[in-house]
Amino acid sequence: MRVLVCVKRVPMTGGRIVLTPDQREIETRHLGFTVSPHEECAVEEAVRLIETHGGESVVLTLGPPQAEEQLRDAMAIGVDRAIHLVTDGEEWDPQATAAAIVEAIEVERRVGGDFDLYLFGNESADAGNYQVGIRVAYSLGLPVVTGVKALAVEGDRLRLEREAGAARDLYEVPLPAVVTVLEGINLPRYPSVPGRMRAQRKPIASSTPVRPTPRLEKVRLVVPESQRKEAEILGHGPQAAPRVVELLAELGVLP
Amino acid sequence: MTGFPSQARCVVIGCGIVGNSLAYHLTLQGWTDVLLIDKGPLPNPGGSTGHASNFIFPVDHSKEMTQLTLESVRQYQELGVFTRSGGIEVARTEARVQELQRRMSSAKAWGVEDVALLTPAEVKELVPFIDERVILGGFYTASVGVVDSLRAGTIMRERGQASGALAVFANTEVIGIDVERGRVRRVRTTRGDVETETVAIACGVWSPRLARMAGASIPLTPAVHQMIDIGPVPRFLESQGEIEYPIVRDMDTNMYERQHGTGLEIGSYAHRPILYDPDEIPSLEEAALSPTELPFTQEDFSLQMEQALELMPEIVGDERVGIKYAINGLLSLTPDGMPILGETPEVRGLWSAAAVWVKEGPGVGKAVAEWMTHGEAEIDLHASDIARFWPHQKTRAHVRARAAEGFNKTYGIVHPLEQWESNRGVRLSPFYERERALGAVFFEAAGWERPQWYEANAALLEEYGDRVGRRQAEWDARWWSPIINAEHLAMRDRAGLFDLSAFAIFDVAGPGALDLLQRLSLRQIDVPVGRVVYTPWLTPRGGFRADLTIMRLGEERFRVVTGGAHGMADLKWLLDHLPADGSAQVSDETSAWATLGLWGPRARDILASLTSDDVSPEGFPFATCRTIEVGPLRVLASRISYVGDLGWELYVPIEQGARLWDLLWEAGQPHGLVACGIGVYGTTGRLEKCYRAYGFELESEYTVVEAGMAWGPVKEEDFIGKEAHLRHRQEEPAALLCTLVVDDHRSSSGLERYMLGREPIVTRKGGRIVDRKGRGSYVTSAGAGPSLGKHILMAYLPPEHAVVGAELAVEYLHELYPVTVAVVGSTPLFDPENTRIRS
Repeated sequence: MRVLVCVKRVPMTGGRIVLTPDQREIETRHLGFTVSPHEECAVEEAVRLIETHGGESVVLTLGPPQAEEQLRDAMAIGVDRAIHLVTDGEEWDPQATAAAIVEAIEVERRVGGDFDLYLFGNESADAGNYQVGIRVAYSLGLPVVTGVKALAVEGDRLRLEREAGAARDLYEVPLPAVVTVLEGINLPRYPSVPGRMRAQRKPIASSTPVRPTPRLEKVRLVVPESQRKEAEILGHGPQAAPRVVELLAELGVLP
Repeated sequence: MTGFPSQARCVVIGCGIVGNSLAYHLTLQGWTDVLLIDKGPLPNPGGSTGHASNFIFPVDHSKEMTQLTLESVRQYQELGVFTRSGGIEVARTEARVQELQRRMSSAKAWGVEDVALLTPAEVKELVPFIDERVILGGFYTASVGVVDSLRAGTIMRERGQASGALAVFANTEVIGIDVERGRVRRVRTTRGDVETETVAIACGVWSPRLARMAGASIPLTPAVHQMIDIGPVPRFLESQGEIEYPIVRDMDTNMYERQHGTGLEIGSYAHRPILYDPDEIPSLEEAALSPTELPFTQEDFSLQMEQALELMPEIVGDERVGIKYAINGLLSLTPDGMPILGETPEVRGLWSAAAVWVKEGPGVGKAVAEWMTHGEAEIDLHASDIARFWPHQKTRAHVRARAAEGFNKTYGIVHPLEQWESNRGVRLSPFYERERALGAVFFEAAGWERPQWYEANAALLEEYGDRVGRRQAEWDARWWSPIINAEHLAMRDRAGLFDLSAFAIFDVAGPGALDLLQRLSLRQIDVPVGRVVYTPWLTPRGGFRADLTIMRLGEERFRVVTGGAHGMADLKWLLDHLPADGSAQVSDETSAWATLGLWGPRARDILASLTSDDVSPEGFPFATCRTIEVGPLRVLASRISYVGDLGWELYVPIEQGARLWDLLWEAGQPHGLVACGIGVYGTTGRLEKCYRAYGFELESEYTVVEAGMAWGPVKEEDFIGKEAHLRHRQEEPAALLCTLVVDDHRSSSGLERYMLGREPIVTRKGGRIVDRKGRGSYVTSAGAGPSLGKHILMAYLPPEHAVVGAELAVEYLHELYPVTVAVVGSTPLFDPENTRIRS
């Protein structure tokens, strides 16, 4: 089978988020970059599917030249090749992003044939618009299931699970289909050194799509007030024990 | 926890391995009221200690570094945080094989005895996951180990607290250090102000920023060291504890691999230098991991992965072993690779304990605490002294250039005379263009470009033929030329002209000048005007602090002349002892005076032809100085010599230097004058005369008596170190400085080899020689004695070996060469009656 997985380069934030002076971007001077945890799982899922069923996995991103790093990361754990839609670093809105991805998929279809499955993270780690996967599915006229926590290929159909409170929704969809996954669907592997080295040699097809006039404008970012980590000291030494027990009872973890 | 204090006897800033250790050792030295603070949380405030790979290889070619490391290991062991693993430095190249032999010799010189050279198969036995086919051998040190540096810091901190002498406050950021009248007065923090007269900066990569708050400078730069941790390694799954296999340093690729629990850490010093400014380091809140664990830059590690895979394919090539952790870790680099310790020259009471790695941290803490308490440490720290830097060496450009150049030499094969390539040409004497025209090969000293030899003198090689001496081995001949020996012989036959502009020159004047210099100097300084005195300056314990010459230019005016390399440290010592009443002033005249040395049997004829002043033996005797006219110039002439020949040091205002050179050069031609490099001045000329050099023979760990310099009675006046010196004169010395000659240079390969210095002196059978104070014998200086046709070594030997004619050996590159003691004490090998210098 052929699987396309889409990812987005985002800053790897740790502690306090600092904005650039114009407040339009996150200050990334000290930060590394990654993809969202959902996307990491989508990549892992793609690799596992190909390991099980054979075929080819392709990773796609729309992002600045530096996003090659995220493509290599994906290829380091086993994705076969990459498509890089190179931007000048400006943020693309979900509609434009989806359109560019669809266009790239059309090109791929002409060259390498259809994909059986399109995997996305449920949402990006930074913008969090929750839209790109759905828009791509709509444009391609394919079924889409979002928020997926389990995925299995059964013949030419997919069996998918979503969490629904304490229960689960089950879906069956015909392939090809679009699926957006949630963190927890699997435990992504670490890349091995040989994997890293192979990734350096795997091909990346680059193209430079034209950014359409954005229909969404980012005015500025605001860091929410409540970002401070707070710790309450329950007490010191044995004297703290009653309060700890009380708290555990409140949390409902005591029988 | 009690409230934040408003005053303290000492504030130590930084709770990494160094700050914890320093604060603890201060309490051991009897300090009370010590305050230790860090802007970060405990036990890991986020500095370099927190992400260190924490392993220790004790052997280094530097004695100072090895001593600090061995002391640190002793402390880590006592703290119960040391795990012995053994360690192997592996060689992939023939050049490295020789370097490992050299390390064997350094190990013996500094007393690390559990070392061995291994064959590839023997390496494989100890490290079964290595591919022994890519290596040629290994250097094994059984006492290599890993430590828990955070735990060590915690224990020391807690011991200090338990003693009641130390208070600790985390999450306390310094926002200012107030200085009044040149002395620290207060530290301002986010918890409040603390009045104090002593502050120690142990802030690792942040240290420059803290020093700047006080108007001082700690010239280091944060730099990236890349490290990844891969695992879980199937072979390590059954391991008990953190490490069971020796740590491997893959020297030729500038990398290391070490087991860490079920993982393998792979670190690199091979990537491009990635330097930061202290102000660029993210805050604790902003940092994704910690401020000193920055995002990994994969592209800088590509080659390293291949090299690690080559060496350890079983682990690194295992598809199941993942890269779990990868960082660009920050550590501190300095322009010369040594730590930055001691009181800052800019601010009294402001101390630096910075640019220190985990392997030497506790040793540094102890040594700096001793220094702060007694004015000196047990270990001679002159190479780490913060006062060693000249102003230009503290610039951002210099620090970054040299740190970048040095970074890839972390595991490098660095020749003892290896020259820096970056940021050269900073200090040029007025003779520079003349020297260039003569094909000078320039070495750097304190930023000065100094001719080591002159290619234009190649013609002398023919003149002196076999007497010149050649070196067959590339290593021995690197940074060396036989022309040095030819220049030497020409100087001894005729005359040589030396550029000595790198001298540091300090004028001391005022009614209190004599008392000041008397207090610092071993020798009598109250001499007639016009006399030159060569004198050591001693530490309080009677070791060597400096050696230099002092000219008495007037009743209340003196000129102190000392070597460039230690000039700034000597200046600090001088300024530290200035009388409080302002009765003496010191001015740095280094950049005001250019100096030429004119020595050799024809020196008087040359000088006489240019002056109407009396330069006869009676009119201008040895050890005197006065201003004379040389052509149209007024020149301060000083009749002393470090090459042991007739002649003068000639001091001239720097703008007139070129003219002085031209006058002497022209007048010298009929006499066969040659330009001579520092190869003659610093090595061949000096060694033939058994003259000592500070930092080589003369260190604080040795006494005047041991150095064979306790001639004449001790002066009446008090001086620093006098009490100790008097005691040393009563004691049987534990060692005596001897001059040895090499009897046979032939190595097992048939090549003749020439020692370069710092090699162990051993018995003919190779047994280590140790004096009763525990100091091993080693070559303090080595070099040719062309007039004698001998290769000369100096070394301190215990009395039983310090006997003329004693047959010993020198271990060079792990091979023994027979040597014989030629002189005990300071009698020169060449011209022992000193007839030349006094003629």
